[in-house]
Amino acid sequence: MRLQFSRKMLGIPYAVFLLFFVILPMLIILFYAFTDKEMHFTFENFVRFFSDPSKLSTIAYSLVIALITTLACLAIAYPVAYILARSRMKKKFVLLLLFVTPMWINFVLRVNAIRELLNWVGLLGEANYFNTIFGMVYDFLPFMILPVYTSLLKIDPSYYEASADLGAGWTRTFTRITLPLSMPGIMSGITMVFLPSMTNYVVSDMLGNSKVTIIGKFIYEYFGTNWNMGSMVALILLIVVFLSTWLTGGFKEEDTVRGANI
Amino acid sequence: MAEHIIELKDVTKYYDDNLVLENVSLYVNKGEFITFLGPSGCGKTTTLRMIAGFDTPTSGKILLNGTDISALPPNKRPVNTVFQRYALFPHLNVFENVAFGLKCKRVLNTYENAKGERYTKKEKLSKKQIAEKVQKALELVDLEGFEKRSISTLSGGQQQRVAIARAIVNEPEILLLDEPLGALDLKMRKEMQIELKEIHKRLGITFIYVTHDQEEALTMSDTIVVMADGVVQQIGTPIGIYNEPANTFVADFIGESNIFNGTVVGERQVRFCGKVFDCVDDFERNEPVDVVVRPEDVRMCAPEEGKLRGTVISVVFKGIHYEITAQVGKYEIVIQSTDKREEGDVIGMNIDADEIHLMKPKYTSNIFEGVITKRNTVQFADGEFECDVTQLYPGSHLDEEDYLVTAAGEKLDLTGTEVRVEVGLTDIAISDDEDAGGTTGNIISIIYKGDHYRLIVRTDGEDEEDFVFATDDLWNENDRVSVIVPKDKIKLSLKKAEDKKA
Repeated sequence: MRLQFSRKMLGIPYAVFLLFFVILPMLIILFYAFTDKEMHFTFENFVRFFSDPSKLSTIAYSLVIALITTLACLAIAYPVAYILARSRMKKKFVLLLLFVTPMWINFVLRVNAIRELLNWVGLLGEANYFNTIFGMVYDFLPFMILPVYTSLLKIDPSYYEASADLGAGWTRTFTRITLPLSMPGIMSGITMVFLPSMTNYVVSDMLGNSKVTIIGKFIYEYFGTNWNMGSMVALILLIVVFLSTWLTGGFKEEDTVRGANI
Repeated sequence: MAEHIIELKDVTKYYDDNLVLENVSLYVNKGEFITFLGPSGCGKTTTLRMIAGFDTPTSGKILLNGTDISALPPNKRPVNTVFQRYALFPHLNVFENVAFGLKCKRVLNTYENAKGERYTKKEKLSKKQIAEKVQKALELVDLEGFEKRSISTLSGGQQQRVAIARAIVNEPEILLLDEPLGALDLKMRKEMQIELKEIHKRLGITFIYVTHDQEEALTMSDTIVVMADGVVQQIGTPIGIYNEPANTFVADFIGESNIFNGTVVGERQVRFCGKVFDCVDDFERNEPVDVVVRPEDVRMCAPEEGKLRGTVISVVFKGIHYEITAQVGKYEIVIQSTDKREEGDVIGMNIDADEIHLMKPKYTSNIFEGVITKRNTVQFADGEFECDVTQLYPGSHLDEEDYLVTAAGEKLDLTGTEVRVEVGLTDIAISDDEDAGGTTGNIISIIYKGDHYRLIVRTDGEDEEDFVFATDDLWNENDRVSVIVPKDKIKLSLKKAEDKKA
């Protein structure tokens, strides 16, 4: 029998990948989360997590830090993206590049540099939460600028003209046209900043002087001693992430024409 | 007397360094349907955008009801636009799109307080007022019941109607339409033409319409402004422009035309196609003229009865008429007639005196400013050409070292001398080998003149000079060619009296 090559066979490597690197690990986490050290089924990890106020407050802290980081990134990124997208400057890509290049420099190096900078101005160890958020905003800013810039660039300039033609001033054009039409970019920026800033404990460790614990740190520490509890925290984080993505409309099919997920 | 609602005074517009509009002056009467007509890149859309306020003139003024509005932003002008690709807001539904302008609007309302004093307040329109106005506008464009529909579910024609409703709902003094029917198919376009005309009649406001479709312009307009190359070519009524085109460009662009080179031979007498015809235009005797005859004005008759006699070389059925091409000597004449002829038929042709339109030729010769280079060549129009410099000084010759020696024996170095270069209309050849000639450019215009084509080649360097010439060969517009001028056909004359001595 001759083996017939069909287009479907191209999918096999991906299917294998998905099976071994996505589905199987998730099942393992699920298994660990609901068993104890003797591999017996239990809800204890779940109960312990939610009955420990310190763990709940860590989750709350993580959420607040992530929220502030995201809002700060948005507040900085939107004007930059707007100005770059709407300017007729010929060399504007150079400016954009400057904002985005830090992304290509080694992450540890960047965080270390910030740490030294904070040490130099004397803030290290003094304002741990501020330092953590400062570092995260610096780290994740490009991930907000790029999608917002792209979505603003995609807006047909004739919409601005039509809006002005119909009597709208700058503010009205911005709130009624620009903002809703750039919503997809804002949403993907938020997803790209919010989730990492909840889990990226390297930043919080190095800049927060190990005084700031976020949920990512928790998971890391548990996997040193207690895989079952670690898996449970990972599972809970997964659910939080899932919920927030669902709430911001991240699961809708990208619909650039309708534009607004509001 | 009609009131001028919009007036353009010497408006010039540059985009970066490109001149797109040159000294345009025109006025628009209140309530009329005026069309800016021309090929793409002629400046018609730029003119419209400046009236809307999206672009500001580099120099010149735009007056609205007598006041200068050149610097007024678009949202402050009582003007609304129907955009080329509609520019409907994709995140809003039909109602929200149409209501957009109304929600921006503030109206003065007068009230009376308890003491009986009257006072005015600037207020938004109420929800009810807005809903009523939107409803009326949608009725006008036959889209009742579409309020809740999303824009992306509408057909091209429906989007077009929403765009019109969105503009007219604001009751603008002027409605600007930028090739609004360009994206529709032929049948839909014809229907919308009639409907737009109807809307214009019902609203009574001024319509300024931009199109490259001459038929559309002729059908709809009260006044047509024909534009080409950033310059107004002619302003007139559709009938006026069709019957009395101001120049060969207009004649060629609007409708079909036979264009010939002619010579005035007597009082109201012109010679073309080898025969002398009576005409109604009076020009100086022996003056070369362009002769324009519309194909439907050439009457066919029996061979012996016609002033012109020729053989039919092609017959094309065009629906309501036949387009017949006849060879008369070396000339080709296009005729439109409802009578059929067969290829090879010998026919006679007559043209009435008042159907022969004479116009001064725009081009009689090519004149450039040039500079003599070291090697006794001349530089002009972005290129370098071989030339005979001895013509600058009668009786002179070149010595062994290529210095010019005048008749008096004086030795001159002509390097850097500024000269006026003249090249006749028949002394230019072009080639698609880019290295064959002295300069290169693109063909920007082709007009058939019965027995030859008149071409204009625009050089692509910074000078952007035009070469106008006659050729027997058919080329295509936008072809890239090199321009060849034989050495003995370049006529040089000194620009200034001051000669540089060696």
